[in-house]
Amino acid sequence: MDVMFDKLSLLFKISNANGIARRYFIVNGFDGALTMLGLIMGFYVSEQVNLSVVVSACLGAAIALGMSGLTSAYISEAAEKKKELRELEEAMVKDLADSAYGQATRLLPFIIALINGLAPLIISLIIILPLWATSLALLVPFSPLEIALLLALVNIFVLGVFLGRISNTFWLWAGLRTLLVAAATAGLIYLLSPHL
Amino acid sequence: MVNVKRIMLDVLKPHQPNGLEFTSAIAEQSPGARVKLTVIEVDEQTETVVIIIEGKDLRYNEITEAISNMGGTVHSIDEVEVESGLE
Repeated sequence: MDVMFDKLSLLFKISNANGIARRYFIVNGFDGALTMLGLIMGFYVSEQVNLSVVVSACLGAAIALGMSGLTSAYISEAAEKKKELRELEEAMVKDLADSAYGQATRLLPFIIALINGLAPLIISLIIILPLWATSLALLVPFSPLEIALLLALVNIFVLGVFLGRISNTFWLWAGLRTLLVAAATAGLIYLLSPHL
Repeated sequence: MVNVKRIMLDVLKPHQPNGLEFTSAIAEQSPGARVKLTVIEVDEQTETVVIIIEGKDLRYNEITEAISNMGGTVHSIDEVEVESGLE
């Protein structure tokens, strides 16, 4: 297990994949959270919406975001890694297919695609969990749409805090900054709602 | 029976893995060996290094395999020291 972890960590290091994976996780995770926030806010201002319709719409969007993240990251990363390998092979005047660089070129696009696909899917599923639970009569005390909205805001805040840790800025400020983007999105949806 | 005690290799390697990881991977292939890496020249994507490996019984093929696995190429064997055992 340790050997496999060491090998993976070497592959990540030589191809600078740590930063790429982190960036994909944040970008697509933020995408997922904001899409769910937008969808749920849209349903919230429409009023009188059947909860099972909300769950189906959000689940559909979450799966589509996951699939889009998976495929787009794989296609772009596989092409980028092949280009990097070709350039290095030219500099080394050597075929690197059997080296750690060759392995990284083949394996890392899969891992990065998984991260890029799972980030929005998992974050979206967390956000729609209260809607799902309520539609199965498991959660009653609060409005499920309001809990889901709150969860979306919490997720977006946490992603901001994570970004703050990376850039070494004050966590609260970094979280509030992303929260401000979410508030602006929710505010726009509310203002542009035909029900006003 | 001849034992290889010391090898000096002229190697071209990519910038990553860095010198520490590169020498550690070589040392893993030759238990008890002492590995020294000196950077001679740095280019945009590659660097030329001289690697000196000292040990009781060095296995050249395994050393070059470790170098190759990390994307490096042995340009030349610049120095070698071997010792023959008493019959």
